[in-house]
Amino acid sequence: MKTFNGVGVTPGRVIGPVRLMPPAVPAPAAGERLDPGTTADAAAAALRTAAKTVQAELKHRAESANTDAKAVLEATALMAADPMLLKAAVKLINGGTSAERAIWDAAEAVATMLLNLGGYMAERSHDVFDVRSRIVAALRGVPAPGIPDAPEPFILLAEDLAPADTATLDPANVLALVTAGGGPQSHTAIIARALGLPAVVAAAGVTELTDGTMLYVDGAAGTVTSDPDAALMDKAALWASDTTGPDEFDGCGRLADGSAVPLLANVGGTKDAVAAAAAGAEGVGLLRTEFCFLGRDAEPSQTEQAAEYRGVFEAFAGKKVVIRTLDAGADKPLPFLTDSTEPNPALGVRGYRTDLTSPGVLERQLQAIAAAANGSSAEVQVMAPMISTAAEAMEFAALCRANGLNTPGVMVEVPAAALTAALLLAHVDFASIGTNDLTQYTMAADRQLGPLAALNDPWQPAVLILVKATVDGGAGKPVGVCGEAAADPALAVVLVGLGVSSLSMTARALPAVSAVLHSVTRERARTLAALALAAPSATQARSMVREQLPLLDQLGL
Amino acid sequence: MKERTATIASRVGLHARPAAIFVEAAAELPVDVTISMQGEPAEDAMDASSILSLMGLGAAQGDVVVLRAEGDGADDALETLVRILETDHDA
Repeated sequence: MKTFNGVGVTPGRVIGPVRLMPPAVPAPAAGERLDPGTTADAAAAALRTAAKTVQAELKHRAESANTDAKAVLEATALMAADPMLLKAAVKLINGGTSAERAIWDAAEAVATMLLNLGGYMAERSHDVFDVRSRIVAALRGVPAPGIPDAPEPFILLAEDLAPADTATLDPANVLALVTAGGGPQSHTAIIARALGLPAVVAAAGVTELTDGTMLYVDGAAGTVTSDPDAALMDKAALWASDTTGPDEFDGCGRLADGSAVPLLANVGGTKDAVAAAAAGAEGVGLLRTEFCFLGRDAEPSQTEQAAEYRGVFEAFAGKKVVIRTLDAGADKPLPFLTDSTEPNPALGVRGYRTDLTSPGVLERQLQAIAAAANGSSAEVQVMAPMISTAAEAMEFAALCRANGLNTPGVMVEVPAAALTAALLLAHVDFASIGTNDLTQYTMAADRQLGPLAALNDPWQPAVLILVKATVDGGAGKPVGVCGEAAADPALAVVLVGLGVSSLSMTARALPAVSAVLHSVTRERARTLAALALAAPSATQARSMVREQLPLLDQLGL
Repeated sequence: MKERTATIASRVGLHARPAAIFVEAAAELPVDVTISMQGEPAEDAMDASSILSLMGLGAAQGDVVVLRAEGDGADDALETLVRILETDHDA
């Protein structure tokens, strides 16, 4: 038995065999030559064999994929043994280049050609890079990159996961996620929460484990133990059989004293919204509108946009739906809005700021929202991301009202907005705190970086102080939280104690958060919030509050 | 050298699924077929069994392309491919 400590992001106690996500395939050295003992013909033949193997494997995966993924995998399979690609590579091999470097350079040229075509073709360049990595892995005799394909459910162990990995991650076949890197707000954590998979991130040293090792994962404690003993096996069995834990939300968020704390859902489209409504969400606290825009090379028409928004409104008829206007930039680039060459995209033209460089897109989006809201019974509110000043809040509110949207709000993600909340909220009707970005900007720590996981913790005293400053500045206007922090049941109690009026989270977290909130009175929540605020560190704040909430441990949260 | 022209019928143009169908069919034919945009020189024509070449061609719905092949079975081969190009595979 060996235990590794990390940061728990989704609760759950499970045991299973570990499968390592193969590391990215490193590039063969530039100018790498054929081995003296290998002829060009032999290298070309090896390349053709590797290409055929990759093609067969992708075709096989296409057969079991759903319709959308199927078409992509079929086309990717054809790329793997593409005659033009292989011809270009063989030409390089005949000039003395190694097979690995030849396919690398040939694919690079094709990908560059596709990137120059822009739009849909530019996106396909990723498929060319994927095929290239697979062929090089096949030539080297190492596992193909990407999520491993295993016959039985496993615990996925990776350095870190990227948003693109979700597409191939089958939650029915993955028991838990463990990463050596990443932080509590990294993509891995967001993926885990969305899929409801137990997960531990920033567990240094775990990559020393080998494929097939039995692993115990405790997603609440943030620990990972190899070759677990009988006691841990019992714990996992208990978790698996426990039906007393919260698995449903009755659709009415409230405290022990009966006072209401609306629990809303974060959604990214109609499908999400329908699922969130079925899970009991009392409304939508964050509708990400990027789903209408991502993967496009031009702005979608207002008619198209309105149809998408209407789907969400229909799922929440008669309930509150808070729409965030387009949040492009940083980790969500859009070719027609953002400049991908910015040296520091997190501090660049993103969120509301894109209205400076591409005026018109925001107003057209607001008009589409108004059109969709017209004739819907949903209570539609609109908020802008990345607001930093009162002037921006005023301009946004004016633009909303001019287009018939009469409940404008702002997101509080920038420390400047939290500190001047009173000035901002003078112009708008509500604020919603995005704790992921607020933490990253307050701590000046990139949320994707594993080594900075401890800094990127919403329990940080500085973050809690800014949450309180925002609520205080609101002087009675509603201030909600729609970041990942709202999905942490212990932190949810603290946020309510600080005066936050509603919490919006991934629908999966609703049962656990509502159960824990229901166990405390508002007075008690205030006491625990004061305890957290007075703590000298994030770790101490978390452990002091958790100690006062024994229900968390009973529920395995 | 046999030559046929075809008008791209698929709404997404000659990529994604329509391209995959076309390339798979071209690869199974007994003769080599080339494809180019109408008006472009024959020596710049590309291998019709290469999906990457087709994507580079960038043929959109309504564009006219030229298919060329030589040898036994060239007529039948061209007929097969023209029919694929003139079908809307997204319908």
